[in-house]
Parts: sequence; C-alpha cells; structure tokens
Amino acid sequence: MNLAAAPLDSTHGFLSPSGAEIVFVLVGLGVLGAALLTVTTKQLVHAALWLVVALGGLAIEYLLLTAEFIAWVQVLIYVGAVVVLVLFGLMLTRAPIGASPDADSGNRWLALGVALAAAATLVTLVVDAFRCTWIDLGTVAGSTKANGVSLFRYWVLPFEALSVLLLAALVGAIILSRREKKEP
Amino acid sequence: MTTTLDALVRCIAVLLVFLVFPLVIGQTEHKVMAHMQGRLGPMYAGGFHGWAQLVADGVKFAQKEDVVPAGADRKIFQLAPAVALLPYLLALVAIPLGPGDLLGQSLDAGLFFVLAVMGVGVLGSLMAGWASANKFSLLGGIRTAAQLLAYELPMLLAAASVAMAAGTVSLTGILGAFHWWWVPWQIVGGFVFFVSGLAELQRPPFDMPVADSEIIFGAYTEYTGLRFALFLLSEYAGILVVSALTAVLFLGGWHGPMADSLGWLWMLLKTFALAFLVIWIRVTYPRLREDQLMRFAWTVLIPLSLAQLALTGIVKVVIS
Repeated sequence: MNLAAAPLDSTHGFLSPSGAEIVFVLVGLGVLGAALLTVTTKQLVHAALWLVVALGGLAIEYLLLTAEFIAWVQVLIYVGAVVVLVLFGLMLTRAPIGASPDADSGNRWLALGVALAAAATLVTLVVDAFRCTWIDLGTVAGSTKANGVSLFRYWVLPFEALSVLLLAALVGAIILSRREKKEP
Repeated sequence: MTTTLDALVRCIAVLLVFLVFPLVIGQTEHKVMAHMQGRLGPMYAGGFHGWAQLVADGVKFAQKEDVVPAGADRKIFQLAPAVALLPYLLALVAIPLGPGDLLGQSLDAGLFFVLAVMGVGVLGSLMAGWASANKFSLLGGIRTAAQLLAYELPMLLAAASVAMAAGTVSLTGILGAFHWWWVPWQIVGGFVFFVSGLAELQRPPFDMPVADSEIIFGAYTEYTGLRFALFLLSEYAGILVVSALTAVLFLGGWHGPMADSLGWLWMLLKTFALAFLVIWIRVTYPRLREDQLMRFAWTVLIPLSLAQLALTGIVKVVIS
C-alpha cells in the first residue's frame, strides 16, 4: 500500500483534534443518521432519498481523506446510477405518497442483530489492522494517479477477478431477460 | 487574505456566469427558433429586439402563486427544483475558461466531478415526478430515469476516451495535452458525448420525458411560478454546461490563434456555437418515440463509443 502512514507521535493526540478531524466526525455522524433514517422511514421513496444523503456524506468523507477520485466516482456510480435505478424500480412498481405500512418486515430485530454483528466485525478489523497509524493528509495520498498506480500495480488480480464477475452478472442478466421464442 | 479574496472573486465570477449565460442562451433560443420558423420572436420588452423578454418572464414567474398540490409530498416537491439547478452551478466551477488558472477551481479529477454532479441534477426531475402525485408527472419521472440510465453509459465511455488520450482526468490537464489532430481522432466520441448530453438534458429530439403534447411537461406538470422557472433555468444552465464540456473535451476549449490572450474568447465562441447547434437541432428534428430513443442509445451510441475507445487505445499505443 502506498498510504503515507506514520506511527503515532506526540503531535497527534485524540484530545487535540484538527479541524479536518472534527469535520470528519461530524459528517460521519450525519451519514449514520441518514443511514438510520433510510431503514426506519415508513415511506419507500424517502428511504431512497435518505440513501442519497448517506452516500453523498460518504463521498465527503473520502474528500476529507484527500481521495478525490474515489469521492467523485462514489457520487457518479452510487448517487447517479444506483439510486436512480432504485427510484426507477420504485416508480415502475409502486411508490405511494405517504406511509407504506406493509414496508415493515417482521425480521427487523434479526436484521438489527445482523447489522450490529457486521458493524462490530468491521470496526474490530479496521481498528486492529491500523491501530495507531496516521494518514498524513499533507501529501495527497488519494490522487487519481496514486489510485491508478496502486490499482494496476499491486491489485490488478482482484481488479480482473471483479471485472470477470461483473461480466458474468451482465451475461446472466441478458439471458434472464431474453424472451423465449414461442413455439408455433 | 489574498487567497480568501481570490477564492471569493472566483466564486462571484462563476455565480455571474451562472446567472447571465443561461439567460443569454434562452434569449438566443427565442430569437433563433423564431427566425428559423419565419417569425420575429419577442420584439417589445426592453426595446431593442425584445432583449429583456426573459427578465420580464422572470418577473412574471415571481408574481405567480406558488401552488403545492394537496396530495403531493410537500417537502420533496419543494426541494426538487433546487436539486435540479444547483449541480449545474457546481459543475461550472471546474470548467476552464482560458489558459493558466482562468477557472473556478482546478480539480484533480475535474472530469469525474462534472459528470458526477450532472448525474445528481437528474435526481431533481425524478423527485419532482414522484412528489407531484400526478400520473403524468410519474410517467415523466419514469421516462427520465430510463433515459438517464440508457444515456449515462455512452456519455461516460466517450468522456473516458478523451481522458485516455490525454492520460489525465483533470480538465486543465486534458486541455494542456490537446493537439489539433485530436478533433478528427475523437470526432465519433464527440458526437456520442454531445448527443448523450442532449438526451440527459431532455432536449428535443430526446424530450420524451417532458413531451408537452403527450404527458403535459412530465415531471413539471404541477409546478408553477418561481419553482417552474427554476426548472426552466436548470435546462438552460444544462445546455451551457454540456456545450462547454463538449468544447473542452472535443474541440480544444481555449486553444486557437493567440490562445494566451484570446483563449477565453475561443472557449466562449465554441461553447455558444454548440449551444446554437442545440437550438438548431430542437427546431429541426421531431421527437423520438420512447422505443426509438432507447434503441438509439443501446444499439447505436454504446457500440460507437466502444469503437471510439478501442480506436483511442490503438492510436495511443502506436504513438507512444
């Protein structure tokens, strides 16, 4: 990895956060709130729109970590394509104005448990993996060039595997949506 | 202090461009359409050839009652025009007007920034279409979403072709690497990009989502007064952004004779020539049917853009 990480020294303390760190935490809280609203709101389309807020907030977090390219791709793909697809699906099937009482699932407690378990696993993993390393925000570590270099020099195999996976999904979608020829 | 002042001046300049140029394009559309159809267009407001017509229209819109339908989702209905308009303001920040740093803010991934915020702008139409609680609006929203999904891909592929040719996704970097022979080399990509841009703006002949004679302006059926004016303004701001972006990516932006001192003039000329083309196409071509529209995107534009991408890659390997 080419993250410009340095061991924790006396200049980085948890009790004297810099401006960027404060903003990072505040935006993170905003993302968390929007994500909670996404899953708790009774209105289907509102859920999709809160998802836009949550994903846009994540893009801001990437920006604060100087990963500009990732941030814009996040907006382009998730807000510009995925949410539009979700809204398209909602409007094509049904999207009543007002609450949808049948949008609630009986599995909500189970889902909460799974979400908490997944979050705990990920937080533990990330905290354990990075511990006290500090990203030096002075040197831009997430520029387009840096991303390209690390992607195609160190991570090219996962990249290719992912593209094959997407290709398989694409072919599968075409086969599923193709109309069968009717026998005369 | 100077950096703050510098940033402030740039913000104000971008805001001025955003407030003035779409109106100029709108007025040009009035007059050009009229003359192409053998009419005169607005002649009275402001005196000289009706130059103040759009200002008068704005005053008229501001005076109208702002109606929100009883069955509508109030908040989203009222938020939608802002979501449709503001992304174009943001997009203008990253588009270079001339050589050096004659732009709002140079971004490392400027191309992606502009395309990303333009994608957000379309959410405004979707929100408007859904929140109006009107069948025509909903139909318009569905058509908008389908059209966007179909035309976003060729647009991105065409833009990626230029980024490949330049070896950078920064708009200033792309212009810095530009040579005149890029124009014939990238011409197919330019066509795909411009046509997809038209479709994304829902301009004729791709105006099925707002077809006024069929579904009564689609997502905007229920809008009145200022909010409707904001949607109209976002359309003209969209023409400005798409024209400027096409000029930067495919026509060399500020490149031209005496680019050091007259670069901004070349950029403006190219942008407004493309905006004129947008108007000309509107007057010339009839509306595409929904299935023709989809077929055009998936069977013509996407193969063309993929071919352009392959050509760019081959030439790039050969010359490097």
